[in-house]
Amino acid sequence: MTDATADALRDLPARPAPTVRVRGYWGSVWNRLRYDYVTLFCLALILVIIGLAIFAPWVAPMDPYKSSMAHRLKPIGYRNYLLGTDEQGRDMLSRLLYGGRVSLTMGILPVGLATIIGGLFGVVAGYFGGAVNMVIMRTMDIFFAFPSVLLAVAISGSLGGGITNQLLTLTVVLIPPLCRVAETATSQVRNMDFVDAARSTGASTASILFTHVLINVMSPVLVYASTLVSVSIILASGLSFLGLGVSPPTADWGLMLSTLRQSIYVQPLVSAIPGIAILITSIAFNLVSDGLRQAMDVRA
Amino acid sequence: MALPVSSPQATASDPRDRGGPAQPLLIVEAMRKYFPIRAGLLNRQVAEVKAVDDVSFFVIKGETLGIVGESGCGKSTLARLLMHLIPKDQGQLVLDGDLVGEARGVLLNDLRRSLQMVFQDSSSSLNPRLPIEQSIAYGPKVQGASGKSAKAQARALMEKVGLNPNLFGQRYPHELSGGQKQRVNIARALALDPRLLILDEAVSALDKSVEAQVLNLLADLKRQLNLTYIFISHDLHVVRYISDRVLVMYLGQVVEIGPVEAIYDDPKHPYTQALLACRLSMDPEARVDAAPLAGDPPSPVSPPSGCRFHTRCPFVEEVCKAKAPALGDVLKLDPGQHLAACHMVHPGSGHSRAAASAALH
Repeated sequence: MTDATADALRDLPARPAPTVRVRGYWGSVWNRLRYDYVTLFCLALILVIIGLAIFAPWVAPMDPYKSSMAHRLKPIGYRNYLLGTDEQGRDMLSRLLYGGRVSLTMGILPVGLATIIGGLFGVVAGYFGGAVNMVIMRTMDIFFAFPSVLLAVAISGSLGGGITNQLLTLTVVLIPPLCRVAETATSQVRNMDFVDAARSTGASTASILFTHVLINVMSPVLVYASTLVSVSIILASGLSFLGLGVSPPTADWGLMLSTLRQSIYVQPLVSAIPGIAILITSIAFNLVSDGLRQAMDVRA
Repeated sequence: MALPVSSPQATASDPRDRGGPAQPLLIVEAMRKYFPIRAGLLNRQVAEVKAVDDVSFFVIKGETLGIVGESGCGKSTLARLLMHLIPKDQGQLVLDGDLVGEARGVLLNDLRRSLQMVFQDSSSSLNPRLPIEQSIAYGPKVQGASGKSAKAQARALMEKVGLNPNLFGQRYPHELSGGQKQRVNIARALALDPRLLILDEAVSALDKSVEAQVLNLLADLKRQLNLTYIFISHDLHVVRYISDRVLVMYLGQVVEIGPVEAIYDDPKHPYTQALLACRLSMDPEARVDAAPLAGDPPSPVSPPSGCRFHTRCPFVEEVCKAKAPALGDVLKLDPGQHLAACHMVHPGSGHSRAAASAALH
């Protein structure tokens, strides 16, 4: 570089310090999610389904419990029954909308509860290790030994039917897998140097868990939990189908599928409708969790 | 070559100073850590890894003590013992004249503030989910600073280690290069205003030009903040550049300790001699072809009898296999002393070369 260029460079007006976009963790997650159209579509679909369920009383064209012997098992598009009628002549569309309330609650609430409880046990087991880990994880293993459907049927069977018991059953069934995911993630984080660095500042265990461990364990657990929503919906439907969940005449996707089973030769399409609703909802949740997993990976 | 030891006056003016300039900042006495190996159905202890075995040394205020040795000789375990990150089996730690308490207490919290560590792996030593400003501010917050003052302190420290806080404060570790991450690690360690910094292979993972920058940064910080360093490394050139005194470890024990020039110009222990011979020379003609030290170090689970180095020592004799050589009085607190745990330097030890070496001691 000649002296002239050096001088010229020196005489350049000082550039203002570049400002850096402040984008937090969730900001960067959203930034990646923004271009993932499949995930966005599924997210929108879920919001629509949830919205329809919440506003069912206003959206539903008819009373979901009003039966009519004259209009039993009518096909899709019959008069003003958009999706036909069920075996008691009730409007399928209205029942589907109302049924979403129970089914979505059964999908989301137990998963939320199990994430908190199972996640807590998992983090404690993973962080403290040793005897604490053994007691918690071996207990979870006992629950793991039974297939989840069988376990749900067993618990529900002994508790009896009803929405509260169904909720309880699903929560208990979902705790072990979430606990294990949280435990694995925690024991990985626990051995990282930044936890040792935090310990060497004299921080309390609670502070380390909340500031350093939870934040790193959160994303695998949340992603896994979102896959469980569809599992939970299907399990709940299964329990209702077996008569261990909500009792008729409550509108619920699983229960509707169960009662329409006998009419499958008469009105196959109408009978399949609740199943299709379950299918679409669970696929949407699965795809969203897939997209979330990718978006939440910091190093992606 | 070596950085100058800061003058006693500078140390005496430090308000944190309690024991006076002559009192070593840290005295480590007979530190020991054996890791149990458990196996079998009942998880019984079948053996133990003697990771750190009766290690004693002291660190003078304002100096840089280099610790060198092969991989697995217990350097990092020693660092973690000093930081109380793993419980010790035995030994005492005296910080500026005060015995560090065994249990959690005021004294341990004091130690936490006075001793900080920069970890080797710069990527796993920063929380990937925290912006680096928050990582640095975490320590002061834990010690009771308000969020605002901790943040201001973090920004000042980032400035100090050469990172623009406006540019880097909100970034995440994965957005930084290795050198930048190590600067953040140094800033984080300095956040509690420590007196002694343990640098565990702090520059080993960096490429050479960045390594030089970070070493110069460390030298500047040491002067500005009146710091004392324990510098753990396997890179003998770097240790020579930065250290005032050097401690050589082999299989969990100290084999030689002394001023840096004495160690590098006149190594007494055959292991130190072999280590120094391994260094690459700038002169292509002078480069070594054969490894001065063959094979792996013996297992620390069942270290050799007598002198632990006798299995690889070129001067091994019967006395070496039978009797472990003593290092001498390490805690005499004489910074100029040069000690080696070898029968050859101890007159009357029974080694054929001992008499000839007697004058050296």
